[in-house]
Amino acid sequence: MSEPLIVVSGLSLAWGSRILLREASFEVERGDVFVILGGSGSGKSTLLRHLIGLETPRAGRIEIAGIGAPHLDGSAPEYGVMFQSGALFSSLSVAENVAFALHEWTDLPPAAISAIVKAKLALVGLEGAEEKLPSELSGGMKKRAAIARAMAFEPNLLFLDEPSAGLDPINAAELDELIAVLNRVLGLTVVMVTHELASILRIGKNCILLDPESQSIIARGDPRQLAAASPDPRVRQFFAREAG
Amino acid sequence: MLEQAPALWKRVGEALDPVLRPEQVRVDLSRVEAIDGACVALLVHLQSTLARRRVRCEFEGGNPEVRGLLALYSRRRLRRRPRRRPRSVLEQVGEGTAAVFAAVRDGLAFFGELLREVLHALKNPRSLNSRDIALTMERAGADALPIVLLINFLIGFVMAYQSAVQLRQFGANIFVVDLVGVAITRELGPLMTAIIVCGRSGAAFSAELGTMKVSEEVDALRTLGIVPLRYLVVPRVCGLALVAPFLTLFADGVGIAGGAVVAATRLEVTPTAFLTELRHAVQPWDVGSGLLKSVFFSAAIALIACQQGLATSGGAEGVGRRTTGAVVATLFSLILLDALFTVVFGVLGL
Repeated sequence: MSEPLIVVSGLSLAWGSRILLREASFEVERGDVFVILGGSGSGKSTLLRHLIGLETPRAGRIEIAGIGAPHLDGSAPEYGVMFQSGALFSSLSVAENVAFALHEWTDLPPAAISAIVKAKLALVGLEGAEEKLPSELSGGMKKRAAIARAMAFEPNLLFLDEPSAGLDPINAAELDELIAVLNRVLGLTVVMVTHELASILRIGKNCILLDPESQSIIARGDPRQLAAASPDPRVRQFFAREAG
Repeated sequence: MLEQAPALWKRVGEALDPVLRPEQVRVDLSRVEAIDGACVALLVHLQSTLARRRVRCEFEGGNPEVRGLLALYSRRRLRRRPRRRPRSVLEQVGEGTAAVFAAVRDGLAFFGELLREVLHALKNPRSLNSRDIALTMERAGADALPIVLLINFLIGFVMAYQSAVQLRQFGANIFVVDLVGVAITRELGPLMTAIIVCGRSGAAFSAELGTMKVSEEVDALRTLGIVPLRYLVVPRVCGLALVAPFLTLFADGVGIAGGAVVAATRLEVTPTAFLTELRHAVQPWDVGSGLLKSVFFSAAIALIACQQGLATSGGAEGVGRRTTGAVVATLFSLILLDALFTVVFGVLGL
């Protein structure tokens, strides 16, 4: 078995004074589609922000192979990130958004950058949307454009925050298919936060389930197996979508 | 029905007269065929009010829909929030003081980081976001010119007009030139321009960066390897500091022109006499000190506005709060800086 891409050990997280997770440990294998699950307020997005390097852990370590601790210190991006809202730069066109990191961190000629942008937009099914502003895009298109921007620097690791949240079932399924293709064809490792059950079961290969009560990870493994045969009633309840 | 609810609430209120002390209240719902949310709220309120008086309240009868709706509304009792203890004046003063110190500390930390980024930009000019510098100069400079000209012309005009009566009494008409010239170039030109820039561009910077912050655009910048301070703040500070002296120079010119109009029409000071006296009255340092102030004023405006913008949290309400805070803090800083300059220039004999 190859070395894991992400190793998290003894991680403790807090949001303000509220403890969300105590001494959590897990690993993400290369080529995985790893899903972070949990109810509202369980700390899924906070965990993702720590994995990205936007927050510093209260205790514990996060190691990304070849990078070390995640850091955002003004160097070329080493992994791609898509935020829940897309977070496209509203004053720039779709093409400028995708080209942003290439302009900042490479000496590629404009023609080459333009060709890369076109290819990335084609990859996510947004051909012809180059000149549109983010305000002119639908929710699904914004998320696709954000994935294209995250992919611009050819990362081998992609973080996604609630990719299908707020989308209709057809758009959500299409986005899931896109993520599955990126994982399968490009070998991209995907770490995503979601609570869309359909997405979890459709594309998730491994998952962890966060529990706000015990402030710990209460389940890990293949989401389909957990949904079918977990002995823990909390896990069954999560996958059965029963009200507490 | 909702329109009958106020009268019903009143009647129930009267029936719940605290003088009456029943041990148990039964509400007969057997003749109720349909019920809406307002009536259910009334019944739940009735039950909880009686419970506080240790009176048991039971609902009897009612069809399944009515009972179901009643159960739905009273299913989850909201946990009562502990009543907040009123804070003493001393506590409020203490908290307010701590908040001011925290704001000053954050401002100084931000200033330190900004200086580091400015030094980085000076060492690596290629890293500077020149597009935003040009954009800031256009928006805060060229676009602001009409309002800066109008306001400063009126300031010069009003100042000369107000002093005209007194000066005429002493036959000192010509000194309107000294008054307007020195006051505009040393004080009012830079200060009024800074106040206009604060209201236009400072508020815009704060709202723009605040919106970027709450919509995760600032986080997205960081994940693309961009330092927000370097990319967003340095260009705004530089752009504003570069354009402010030019705005101030224009403001000085039209302010003095406003005074010249009054001098010619109310004090019989011809334009030629006005210009001759102006050359004697206003020294190069008067203009220079105003321009020097304008650089510091504009840097303070951009610095505070950007710091407040990047500290935004909590959605649209947070953006509004920070924008208001930025304008208030900037205006205060401008007056403080102006007082500081006056004292320093006075001590140095400038």
